Amino acid sequence: MINRSRLESVTERIIEGIIRFCGFSAILFVFGIFFFVFREGSGFLFSGLDIGQFLTSPEWFPTSVSNKRYGVLALLAGTASVTALSMAIAVPFGLGAAIFVSEFCGPKLKETFKIVIELLAAIPSVVWGFIGLTVMNGVIIDLFDAPIGLTVLNGGIILALMSVPIIVSIGEDALKAVPDSYREAAEALGATRWQVIYRVLLPAGKNGLLAAVLLGIGRAVGETMAVLMATGHSVQFPSNILDSVRTLTATIAAELGEAPVGSDHYQVLFIIGILLFTITFIVNLASDLVVKGIRNK
Amino acid sequence: MAKKIEISNLRVRYGQKEALKGVSFDVHKNEILGVVGPAQSGKTTLLKVINRTIEFIPGARVEGTVTIDGDNIQSIKNVNELRRKIGMVFPLPVGLPLSIYDNVAFAPRAAGLRDKSKLDELVERCLIQSALWDEVKDRLDSLGTKLSGGQQQRLTIARALSHQPEILCLDEFSIAVDPVTTMRIEDVLKELRSEVTIILVTNLVQQARRLCNRTAFILNGDLIEIDSNEVMFSDNPAQKMTYDYVHGNFG
Repeated sequence: MINRSRLESVTERIIEGIIRFCGFSAILFVFGIFFFVFREGSGFLFSGLDIGQFLTSPEWFPTSVSNKRYGVLALLAGTASVTALSMAIAVPFGLGAAIFVSEFCGPKLKETFKIVIELLAAIPSVVWGFIGLTVMNGVIIDLFDAPIGLTVLNGGIILALMSVPIIVSIGEDALKAVPDSYREAAEALGATRWQVIYRVLLPAGKNGLLAAVLLGIGRAVGETMAVLMATGHSVQFPSNILDSVRTLTATIAAELGEAPVGSDHYQVLFIIGILLFTITFIVNLASDLVVKGIRNK
Repeated sequence: MAKKIEISNLRVRYGQKEALKGVSFDVHKNEILGVVGPAQSGKTTLLKVINRTIEFIPGARVEGTVTIDGDNIQSIKNVNELRRKIGMVFPLPVGLPLSIYDNVAFAPRAAGLRDKSKLDELVERCLIQSALWDEVKDRLDSLGTKLSGGQQQRLTIARALSHQPEILCLDEFSIAVDPVTTMRIEDVLKELRSEVTIILVTNLVQQARRLCNRTAFILNGDLIEIDSNEVMFSDNPAQKMTYDYVHGNFG
């Protein structure tokens, strides 16, 4: 009996150690990635790159012989415009669908919906890009009489379609987590269905719904292949949604293979990586603060 | 005695299971009617039929009629209108995740009241009626869910009163409330009797005895007996089962 309890305490400690390692490994990986991206770009970041020009110039001529320019403003605008448009489409659609699936659906329809939505989430991004390049391209040209269909609009719609499943499934979980007793209480008070949703469910589930939206934004900012194929890949400041743009992520994907290792161009691409890191960090931090603010109220 | 609610031959089935097996009785105006009986005997189902929240339970089938002031509730088109006539208090206090003020103002707002001064007045009156005002008047903006269990239950009573119901249904309200608060709420109910008709579902036989004018005894979906408290809690009610139950011989 004594032996057995000693064995138990040893296995207990081993298991605890493994779990502890799993937990810390997440932090380790994040810092590891940040460290390597930073190391690749740091040389040029601290000596040679004009940070002011990098952030404020729309001119991106990394391979020009006479007039090298590393300005990412146009790329930043490309990412921002495509993301903003996709969220303008995906957030109302996604939250609406989440409310529908969670509150209005019968159990059978609900199962079907969830399976279809998960299927939608599993489509590889290159397939989405392909749809943008072939189907959507033609549709936009016909519909708007535009010279080219690979535009902010195209990328925004494709990204919206990719973000909606995430927003729906996480948003639905958030609404499901609201206790049924809230619904019963509100209904017993004579609230209509819409009043129950608007006055009780949305306030009660707002943390989870916010998380759903932010994960959608995260997906849209970080998505590479689909936007690379759907937005036309031309560096310019978009003046309307029928302009072609290029995003930060697409630039890295398209140019990293051609840039000589260690060159300024190569290092600048890693600096763009750091910029992307910073953007997602700010988005996450902001959402944390918002959620905390809501909680403390 | 004027009849407020008439229930005749009410049957409720959840799929195969029969929760109420054809019960008939009346609820008089301005009385407190106690409904006692062991768990699973159909007491909560009865309340859900009256405010028609039973419609949210998939597979529930209702037969028989329930009338309020002579109107069959099944034929009422606007179900929210019906629910605003009825205040409902659940076993476990459900503070909605809103401020104390918004909790009480929820139903009047849902019914379309926007006037701030009228809302203020209504919220104050309901909180006074439910004996909570003195404890919360300085923090009406804080979350209702942060109150203690007993306070939350009084908040739900204030909320149930906020739409000025004609009927107040309480479903084992004292289950999560300490005895002192329970007595306070009971006093509140006694005062309310002059204004509303109260149906009190309770597991506590003594509570029904203290508080009610009449008591109904339901067992496994059948109404065993309904009579004034003098008869129900005497040594010779009509049914021997009633005597055994109220004297704690079973259940």
